[in-house]
Amino acid sequence: MASYSTSEFKGGLKIMMDGDPCSIIENEFVKPGKGQAFSRVKIRNLKTGRVLEKTFKSGESVEAADVMEVDLQYLYADGEFWHFMDPETFEQVSADEKAVGDTIKWMKEQDLCTITLWNGSPIIVAPPNFVVLTVTDTDPGLKGDTSGSGGKPATLESGAVVRVPLFVQIGEMIKVDTRTGEYVSRVKEG
Amino acid sequence: MLRARAGLLADIRTFFRQAGVLEIETPVCSRFGVTDPSIESFTTRYTGPGAARGETLYLHTSPEFPMKRLLAAGSGPIYQICKVFRGGELGTRHNPEFTLLEWYRPGFDHFGLMDEVASLVNDVLPSSLPVEHVNYGEAFQHYLGIDPHAASAESLRQCAIDAGISDAETLSLDNADAWLDLLLTQRIEPHLGRERLSFLFDYPASQAALAKVRQGTPAVAERFELYLEGIEIANGFHELTDAQEQQRRFEQENATREERGLPTVPMDRNLLSSLASGMSECAGVALGIDRLLMRVTGVPSIEEVLAFPYLRA
Repeated sequence: MASYSTSEFKGGLKIMMDGDPCSIIENEFVKPGKGQAFSRVKIRNLKTGRVLEKTFKSGESVEAADVMEVDLQYLYADGEFWHFMDPETFEQVSADEKAVGDTIKWMKEQDLCTITLWNGSPIIVAPPNFVVLTVTDTDPGLKGDTSGSGGKPATLESGAVVRVPLFVQIGEMIKVDTRTGEYVSRVKEG
Repeated sequence: MLRARAGLLADIRTFFRQAGVLEIETPVCSRFGVTDPSIESFTTRYTGPGAARGETLYLHTSPEFPMKRLLAAGSGPIYQICKVFRGGELGTRHNPEFTLLEWYRPGFDHFGLMDEVASLVNDVLPSSLPVEHVNYGEAFQHYLGIDPHAASAESLRQCAIDAGISDAETLSLDNADAWLDLLLTQRIEPHLGRERLSFLFDYPASQAALAKVRQGTPAVAERFELYLEGIEIANGFHELTDAQEQQRRFEQENATREERGLPTVPMDRNLLSSLASGMSECAGVALGIDRLLMRVTGVPSIEEVLAFPYLRA
C-alpha cells in the first residue's frame, strides 16, 4: 500500500484518515529548537467536506488515498444514479445521490462536471464554474419596473432558483456562476 | 529586506562593540558533531593532505562547542554571527541553513544573560517592548493545570486530550518530554511574546541539553528561551562546565539515538578536554537572526527574510 511520510506533506496531497479519503489543505512544520518535531495539518474529509486538524510526529507515515479528479460529461439520471462519461475514452461511471449532493440543481445533460474518484468510484460531483440554463419560470408582471429592487427569483430548467434582473423572461437562457449561485448575464441563442 | 538585514547585523555589532564583547569565528566543519537526538547534522567529506583516505565531517548546527573551547582558553566574552545547518527542518519558521547569533558571558548566570538579551532585542526592534519572565512550571500550571516536572507521559497525554489537541489519543510519542513539547508548542507558545518579550525559564531537568541542573524540588535546568509573538527566538543556558557530566550526557544522547535507529555521532572530545582543563562559569545563548528579522520587519514567514530560501537555493 502506498504511503506518504510527513516530509512529503503538502497542500493537495490525498491521504487516508479514519477510513476516509482526505485532502491536505495546509501543512505546518513545528519544532522546538531542542525537541520533538511535529507536522500540524489541516485536512478536508473528501466524503463529508468537513475540515479537521491533525497532529503527526515528524517521520510518521500515513496511507495514501487513491483519489483523482476527472472531467466527465453528464449523460442522464435513471432515478437512482447519475451517469457520466469520459468524452475521450467513452468510459462510463455512475454517481449516487450522496456524491451528487447539491450539484444536482446545476446539472444539465452534456455539461462537463468535475468528478472526484476514490478507488475508481465517484465521491464528489462538482459543477462547472459557469453554466448556461433556460429560465422555466419567473414572474413576468414586473416587466418595466426599473426601481432597482434587486431583481426577482427565477426557476431554471435544472431546478435551481437564482435572483435575476427584472428584464429576464421565461424561455431566455442565462449564465450563472455556480460557486456563488449568482446570475452573470443573458445568453443569446447561437 | 536586504537593507533591513544589513541594518540589523550592523546594530548587533555596534551593541557588542559597546558592550566589550569580541567577535570571533570558528570552523563550520568538524570531525565531531552534536549528539542531541532531536537535531540532525549535515555531513560532508574531506579527502586530501591530512586525510588521505578521506574523512566524514559534520557541518555545525550551532558554534557552541568550539566557542566554549575559546572560553576555556581564556577568551573572555565572545560572540559570533554565522550560518548553521540542520537537516529535516523546513517550514514557515525553519530553513535548513539559517543565521545564528551566539554569545557567551563569563560570570553571568542565565538571569543576567536574559537581561542582556532583552536589551539587545529592544535595541534592534522598531520600538522597545516590556519584558516578562515566565517560569516553565508556572506556565504549565497556569495554562494547562499540570506540573510538567512531575507529570507522567500518560497524564500529559490526558492533559493534551483535555486541551483539545487533535490526535492526542492516537499519537505515539517516545516520552514525557515529547508530550511537553507538544503541549508547549500548541497550547503555551501562542500566548508568549504578545507585544512583549517573554522569557520562559527553568526547564525540566530532562531537557537540560547543555545547561546546568540546579538541584532542588524539583531539580530544574538553568535554561531559557525567548519568545516574540509566539515564536521562539533564542535559547540560552547557564552553561554546564562539568566535563564528566557533559560526557555522560553525550553518551546518553547517543544511546537514545541507537534506540531510535538514528546514526550515532562522534562526541566532541576536544570540548571535553577543554572542560576538563577548566572553564569558568558562564552563560551563553543562541539567537535566530532570521526569526528576529521576521519580527523587526513584521513578516510571517522565514522565506520572506531570505534572499534565496531552501527551495530556490
